[in-house]
Amino acid sequence: MNEVIGLAPWLVGFPLIGAAILLLGGRATDRWGHWLGVLASGASMVVAFILMFRMIGTPVEERSVDHHLWTWLSAGDLGVDLGLRLDPLSVTFVMLVTFVGTLIHIYSVAYMDHDPDRRRFFAYLNLFVAAMLVLVLADSYLLLFVGWEGVGLASYLLIGFWDTGRPSARENAVAAKKAFVMNRIGDMGLIAAMALLFAHAGALDFGTVLSDDSVGAMSQATATAVGLCLLLAACGKSAQFPLQAWLGDAMAGPTPVSALIHAATMVTAGVYLMVRSGAILEAAPTAQLVVVLVGAVTLLFGAIVGCAKDDIKKALAASTMSQIGYMMLAAGLGPAGYAFAIFHLLTHGFFKAGLFLGAGSVMHAMGDQTDMRRFGGLSRFLPITWITMGLGWLAILGIPPFSGFWSKDGIIEAAFIPVEGQPWRAWVFGTVAVLGAAITAFYMTRLFFMTFGGRRPRWTENQHPHEGSPLMWWPLVFLGVGSAALGLVLGIGGTFTTWLEPVTGHAEHHEPVLPVPVIITATLVVVVLGALLAFRMYAVNLVPEEAPRGSVLTRAARRDLYQDAANETLVMKPGYGLARVVQVGDRDVVDRGWSVLPQAVSWFGGVFRKAQTGYVRSYAAGMAGGVLVIAVVVWLVVGLGGAQ
Amino acid sequence: MDITNYVVLAAVLFAVGATTVLLRRNAIVVFMGVELMLNATNLAFVTFARMHGDLTGQVLAFFVMVVAAAEVVVGLAIIVTIFRTRRSASVDDVNLLKG
Repeated sequence: MNEVIGLAPWLVGFPLIGAAILLLGGRATDRWGHWLGVLASGASMVVAFILMFRMIGTPVEERSVDHHLWTWLSAGDLGVDLGLRLDPLSVTFVMLVTFVGTLIHIYSVAYMDHDPDRRRFFAYLNLFVAAMLVLVLADSYLLLFVGWEGVGLASYLLIGFWDTGRPSARENAVAAKKAFVMNRIGDMGLIAAMALLFAHAGALDFGTVLSDDSVGAMSQATATAVGLCLLLAACGKSAQFPLQAWLGDAMAGPTPVSALIHAATMVTAGVYLMVRSGAILEAAPTAQLVVVLVGAVTLLFGAIVGCAKDDIKKALAASTMSQIGYMMLAAGLGPAGYAFAIFHLLTHGFFKAGLFLGAGSVMHAMGDQTDMRRFGGLSRFLPITWITMGLGWLAILGIPPFSGFWSKDGIIEAAFIPVEGQPWRAWVFGTVAVLGAAITAFYMTRLFFMTFGGRRPRWTENQHPHEGSPLMWWPLVFLGVGSAALGLVLGIGGTFTTWLEPVTGHAEHHEPVLPVPVIITATLVVVVLGALLAFRMYAVNLVPEEAPRGSVLTRAARRDLYQDAANETLVMKPGYGLARVVQVGDRDVVDRGWSVLPQAVSWFGGVFRKAQTGYVRSYAAGMAGGVLVIAVVVWLVVGLGGAQ
Repeated sequence: MDITNYVVLAAVLFAVGATTVLLRRNAIVVFMGVELMLNATNLAFVTFARMHGDLTGQVLAFFVMVVAAAEVVVGLAIIVTIFRTRRSASVDDVNLLKG
């Protein structure tokens, strides 16, 4: 491992240099800038492959390496060394980010072909890849935070990429701002967690903070507080309840961005944070329970919203939210769940990126139409997109042997494992996980058949759908194959679980409350039922072009279960009210109080002003009279004094 | 001759000058009133210098003359300028600084 560790900084270096050249080079790099972006990301991928193969060839106990780069901060007791940590967890992420990232870079060359700002797009994408790699490679919370903010910035820039300043582009600007502001709330959690950890351990690097000594010395209250603060951070970044509202609007960005940032990588950073901080969470059962709860709530929330959305990208966004809910749930289950959280993250990264890129391909073919009610019957015209999205669809449904089955089934089984003293947990969270799988099957089948199936197309006029260039469908093929095979390759015999063991720890084997075959069968049955229901509703029956009014729940889900209304009523309006009170108070109480002084001065000035008549002679008379009065007074005083 | 007479003459001259300044509107005449007041003061200075056998008063009279000469130069220049712009030498017309 040590011979190639020197390459690790180049993982970040290549895309960072790429972004710098493209941003500083400006218009001069317009002609070849996108290929430089692809090259930078590809170079990073090559390094990632070298590191991964080296790691596979290294004995298990030597796989975690901290690569010290330089001393970053040295202030009193706080010393932060800047370093990279390479272990199976970070290398898994590095592979996901660079591989899927490079495919999406290639796809974007064609997808953004007609955009005059394509170079800027690639600069931001490279910036994102660099920041994401900093996030996952960091060996301390502080460096992780740098990457954390970096991906937030890249996400903001890319959601608002089409904000041209015109009123029609307002939606982009608002969506970008919304994502940025909601992420800040989460970031406060991360900062607070870092402050608590520093107060407790006097350091911020994983090696010290997460060691058995440090965690063992932590009081229950501290561990819970740190755990909850980290969860808040994860909720902001991963669009988990209650900070989930930004993800749907984030679809205003270009589709490759939705695929890379808002599906495959950045939004899963919260799960990474949870798994990385697993030692702290295990010391705080309350925080763990909250993590599981948040995951369970979000997984149902996203799934329900996904059932009602007609916008293909928003339906996929809701699905992303729901799938990350699964990962969060698993991350809260302790060592039994960590490996499956990351495994699902990995397979989800492939199939969801594939689905998003497929959606981009459909939009490309249909002239940027996103309303699924205007699609239908596209399988004949977009065969490659149809097949690759079909693989993704089967993967997310969890049909064996596609990848989602291996990871999602692991999570469902882990959710059914009983927790000592709280027998209700296994049943509640297990049922929620199965229910979520059923709803997932429903909305994904709905999405798939509304787009590709149906007996008659519901296109708008002058639509001539056709596949994009090979640059667009080759990434789809790669991701489709990954969606199909990745789970089988990594899941069989627990290969992936063993691979992650140096980081997640060895999970004691516990029996779920139900026998494993029963769980698998039950899950598959409800999944098939959900899919059949959706098939009947959206493939056999005709889909109306105008959305029907729908039930109360459908109408609520169309509006994201009133999350925006709730946020506005509970947070935004009271905030505005408070600001208004402070503003009025400042103006009418503080300002008015102080303005009494100048008003008094001004009034006196008005009175004395009258003495200035402008007539020289009256001034002279005043002087003469005054001198006379003084003379008389002096004469009287002196005269009387002299008389005595 | 009794020295009192000089003081009385100075007082009379000063009173005449002050009255001129207060009552006349023509700026030139007002100026002459000022000159008269200054010279009444000079007369008083010289008188008291003689009375006390001290030259300070006489020196001060020279100072007053120098200042008066300078004042006439500046003052007349102002008056001429005002007359040119406003076609009037009345001091009452110059009341732009009225509060």
